[in-house]
Amino acid sequence: MADHPKDYLGQKMGMWLFLFTEIILFGGLFVLYAVTLQRYPDEFHEASKLLDTTMGTVNTVVLITSSLFAALAVTALQKGDEKKAKIFLLLTIALAAVFLVDKYFEWGAKIHHGIYPGSPDIADWEPGKQAFFALYYAMTGLHGIHVVIGMAVLGWIYWLIHVGKCTPQYFVALENGGLYWHLVDLIWIYLFPLYYLIA
Amino acid sequence: MADAAVDKGFFAPKGGSLLKEWLFTTDHKRIGMLYLWCILAFFVVGVCLGLAIRLELFAPGMTIMTQKAYNAVFTLHGVVMIFLVVIPSIPAAFGNIFLPLQLGAEDVAFPRLNMFSWWLYIIGGVIALTSLFTGGGPPDTGWTFYVPFSAISTTNVSVAVIGVFVLGFSSILTGLNFIVTIHRMRAEGLGWLRLTLFAWALYATAWIQVLATPILSITVVLIAIERLLGMGIFDPARGGDPILYQHLFWIYSHPAVYIMILPAMGVISDIIPVFCRKPIFGYKTILVSSLAIAFAGSLVWAHHMFVSGMSDTAVMVFSFLTFIVAVPSAVKVFNWLSTMYKGSIRPEPPLIYALGFIFLFAMGGITGLVLGSAGTDMHVHDTYFVVGHFHFVIFGGTGMGLFASMHYWFPKIYGRMYNKRIATIAALIIIVGINGLYIPMYLLGLAGMPRRYYDYLPQYTDLHQLSTYGSWITAVGLGLMFWNLWRGRKHGRLVGKNPWGAATLEWTLPSPPPTHNFDEEPVVTHGPYHYDGIEPDEDRIEDKGDEVNNG
Amino acid sequence: MNMNTTETNHHGPGYKLFVIIWATLLALTCVTVYAAQVDLGFLNVLVALSIATVKAALVTFFFMHLKYENMTFKIMVLLAFAILAIFIGFTFFDTAYRAVG
Repeated sequence: MADHPKDYLGQKMGMWLFLFTEIILFGGLFVLYAVTLQRYPDEFHEASKLLDTTMGTVNTVVLITSSLFAALAVTALQKGDEKKAKIFLLLTIALAAVFLVDKYFEWGAKIHHGIYPGSPDIADWEPGKQAFFALYYAMTGLHGIHVVIGMAVLGWIYWLIHVGKCTPQYFVALENGGLYWHLVDLIWIYLFPLYYLIA
Repeated sequence: MADAAVDKGFFAPKGGSLLKEWLFTTDHKRIGMLYLWCILAFFVVGVCLGLAIRLELFAPGMTIMTQKAYNAVFTLHGVVMIFLVVIPSIPAAFGNIFLPLQLGAEDVAFPRLNMFSWWLYIIGGVIALTSLFTGGGPPDTGWTFYVPFSAISTTNVSVAVIGVFVLGFSSILTGLNFIVTIHRMRAEGLGWLRLTLFAWALYATAWIQVLATPILSITVVLIAIERLLGMGIFDPARGGDPILYQHLFWIYSHPAVYIMILPAMGVISDIIPVFCRKPIFGYKTILVSSLAIAFAGSLVWAHHMFVSGMSDTAVMVFSFLTFIVAVPSAVKVFNWLSTMYKGSIRPEPPLIYALGFIFLFAMGGITGLVLGSAGTDMHVHDTYFVVGHFHFVIFGGTGMGLFASMHYWFPKIYGRMYNKRIATIAALIIIVGINGLYIPMYLLGLAGMPRRYYDYLPQYTDLHQLSTYGSWITAVGLGLMFWNLWRGRKHGRLVGKNPWGAATLEWTLPSPPPTHNFDEEPVVTHGPYHYDGIEPDEDRIEDKGDEVNNG
Repeated sequence: MNMNTTETNHHGPGYKLFVIIWATLLALTCVTVYAAQVDLGFLNVLVALSIATVKAALVTFFFMHLKYENMTFKIMVLLAFAILAIFIGFTFFDTAYRAVG
């Protein structure tokens, strides 16, 4: 069977369609969040105070910067600078790791204080406060999983550039990997205010 | 012997291990065939479960199984039929085989992703069936997995929903593949307004697959983590709301029924013009209706929830919107009938099945209005009226559409023709059977018989028995239909490229098509339903097959 | 439209534009953190979401290159967000109008 000629636009379109599925996947949780916020505004307000806004802001900056590096990587490769592209990619992945480390400490602190779903320490909290944290863990957890997936995808693309399968002449793989990473950033852009800034 | 004269096309072995070259194929036609065989196998499983249900309900009280077994049987019947049969059926089998051919393309946009979709289908199916034999046994929650019961049921809900998650992914990736294929791989001259209506139907369906299925994914994930981690997301004591589960579930599952019906409607739109030798009436209207159904179908999900406890406002809004979505469906029915008016009608089996579709789907659709109207729904919600409705539209609709596809494209796939008289007789038996099986359900529902009930008051016995007899008639019709097709595969009369005289691109290829599809990329110069200068092939003279000639 | 064209977009944004966007995103992050500390009642959520949407638009149009893609992509993105808005919005027909809390 003949080799398909590569279809740059088609491959990008496919990636965007996949991103839509991720948006809708998180969207289901946003439905739950929106309704529960509307129902328990005061409890959400109270519960939000228990989150560390500084940590959240740091993580936002980390993710936005990692997104910058992902975008710069594409520009670098477009300009033919494979070396710089790889460096930018590594920086992207490094910042993703920083994000995860921060999250580890955040969650760790909360769990240490008994604030987690099913914990006996919060069993007598108001329902709205419990719901806030149930959704918090669900949404940041799902987001964290996607950060891990994103790191793996970006790492794989690093390898593709390294072995010459993603080149300045045909770099849709890097673009698509970047698109995935930007989506992870996008989701956090909404998670951050909804959890940390409604105190 | 006859086989020696038949070019096996894409079926021809390539010299490698047979298993490897089928299980890891990236040829859309082979993938479509793999889907078709698996779907039909699961269909038989689903039918057997359905027959078991009807046997149990033949008499009040215990007939052939315990209550717990009964709950598991109807749950499994729903899960298998919906996720393993109906949703993939036409798109994954016939869409995979024929969409690229109708577009004049070599394959779909992402052939390896296509293979991956099939593997996800198999893995998801295996996982779902594993729930039968592990943990606390098969789920007894119904295929809708409502909380709170699904969160606490001791049966193996978690494994089943993981299977559903994987199956959802398969559906999403197929939809993604088809959208890019239709946008990017049309042959020269094949503008959007020259696409077949089957292609348009697959396009509309693909968007629903991509945009609605992820909600199912997150919903089943929430069930799984609820069971495993006890997060209390739907627990009112912890700020949750079980009605929100229903919202999430139906936000997918209502559009899912349009995933089920749109491809079938697309097939009907392709078949009717061929056998009336007339262009479809209102091509653009049907195209717009397909898109309108896809969109409007995403606005009406809570008509499954009129009695759930949601607000009166929602009840009224969703009831109103539900009436809107009926309009484009009705438009299509009128257009199909108008196509037949003054057409040169040939009552070949594909047309018979297509007409069966129109008749049964219209009947089912009308009862949908009773359900969509909140006032009447109050009385029939969760009764057998609902069961009758959805079986008419899914079995009488998509099911007949699937059978029509099989009878329409069989000669293209196998290069042979089945016995047409038996095919027609089977169709008629199935249609009679479906009526016998499901009309009593409308009456049962109106008389107050609840659905999913294992036992019932004696006054419902006669109607239940009628329905069970109908199930046997249906099973006989299905058996006859499958046996006839099976026989036709090896013993049917040989056919050429275009036995029906159709005008779409797949009929310009040999039967079966070669692996590489088109020798040269076709140039399209006319629409898909223009029959000037196109005639059905003469029979091939060399081999008339054995006595299985058509009547 | 056939797939034999391998038009690649060589005119993507350069380093400079991306850095400017990044700086804007950081500035907006500061704004939203600051705005959250002012008590505006229920407007807080609205303000936070509006700023988030501006940030999201910057990421989508520039980092994700949507500004430079053809209309088909833009319509598809719009469709996806519209569907999500419907899923969230229509649910409120129920939950915002329940008789009891």
